[in-house]
Amino acid sequence: MNLTALIINGIALAGVALSLARDRKKAWQSLTVAGRFFLRILPMTLLIILAIGLLLGFVPPSRISQFLGEQSGAGGVLLAGAVGAVMHIPALLSFPLAASLLDSGASVTAVAAFITTLTMIGMITLPLEIRELGLTFAALRNGLSFVAALLIALLMGWIL
Amino acid sequence: MSGERPGRQRPPPLGDLLGLAVVGSLALMLLLLYPDRRGAVTGTAGDYLVEMMLVLPAVMVIMGLFAVWVPDTLVARHLGQTSGARGIALALALGTLPTGPLYVAFPLAAALISKGARVSNMVVFLSAWACIKLPQEMMELQFLGLEFMASRLLLTIGTVVVMGLLVEAAVEFRGQDMK
Repeated sequence: MNLTALIINGIALAGVALSLARDRKKAWQSLTVAGRFFLRILPMTLLIILAIGLLLGFVPPSRISQFLGEQSGAGGVLLAGAVGAVMHIPALLSFPLAASLLDSGASVTAVAAFITTLTMIGMITLPLEIRELGLTFAALRNGLSFVAALLIALLMGWIL
Repeated sequence: MSGERPGRQRPPPLGDLLGLAVVGSLALMLLLLYPDRRGAVTGTAGDYLVEMMLVLPAVMVIMGLFAVWVPDTLVARHLGQTSGARGIALALALGTLPTGPLYVAFPLAAALISKGARVSNMVVFLSAWACIKLPQEMMELQFLGLEFMASRLLLTIGTVVVMGLLVEAAVEFRGQDMK
């Protein structure tokens, strides 16, 4: 178990302990809710893990880096950003997927673009955003998010 | 209010289960056809499964604790009032709390704007809600490392604030235009 996992589990345990000390009923309720969250995200988690296994097992790194690696240039970053914008998976699960892409030859820039558009832009939720906040607001927020994601990705590639 | 939200959790979406069945049978077929790849596929999938199960339950517990202990009204109560740099900082901070998916935040933001909250703060709030949530940062730290997570976080905060001001300018410009 690595340090990050230890810290995260430590925080969760401390939270449960604190919660138990304050209010037994609410603590139990929190754990029930956590259990439901877990069951709800489990099928998608297993799907992503299987997909990662197939991706790394069958697609040679040279093919991945051809599309998303350093030499793919602006096209690779745009492709990663566009796929992230239309893909609809829980943000939590985008990180293992991103890690597997990095492992197999994708560039930091492309991976950063993918994660950032995936989390910031919601094509599926766009109609709801327009209804609640207006077309100007929604179109601008999502459009600018795409530009911002590319900017963040380019800077990330430059820093790391 | 706080007791209401946890009760609304539904079982896993049918689409997810269906997708899992499709990808699962595809994996099975491919592994039967190409036995030489079995080791690579199951090895990688196993590694990721272990790494995932080391953190995912804990992250879910943290989200469960927040869902029960931090009511939605707390976010709404604090977000509508302040403005300026403090307002932006608060919008960022409240957005990072692990509370609910993005579509819960839209009506909240709309209600706050109609009560006089600044558009820029709401853009910052929605963006923070979407992409710098605490559980997400934890997963990013686990899978992509501190350098990656920290630099993306700082860059995101910077761009989100600028974006908020731009959207606000545009919305106010259009608003006056149409009257």
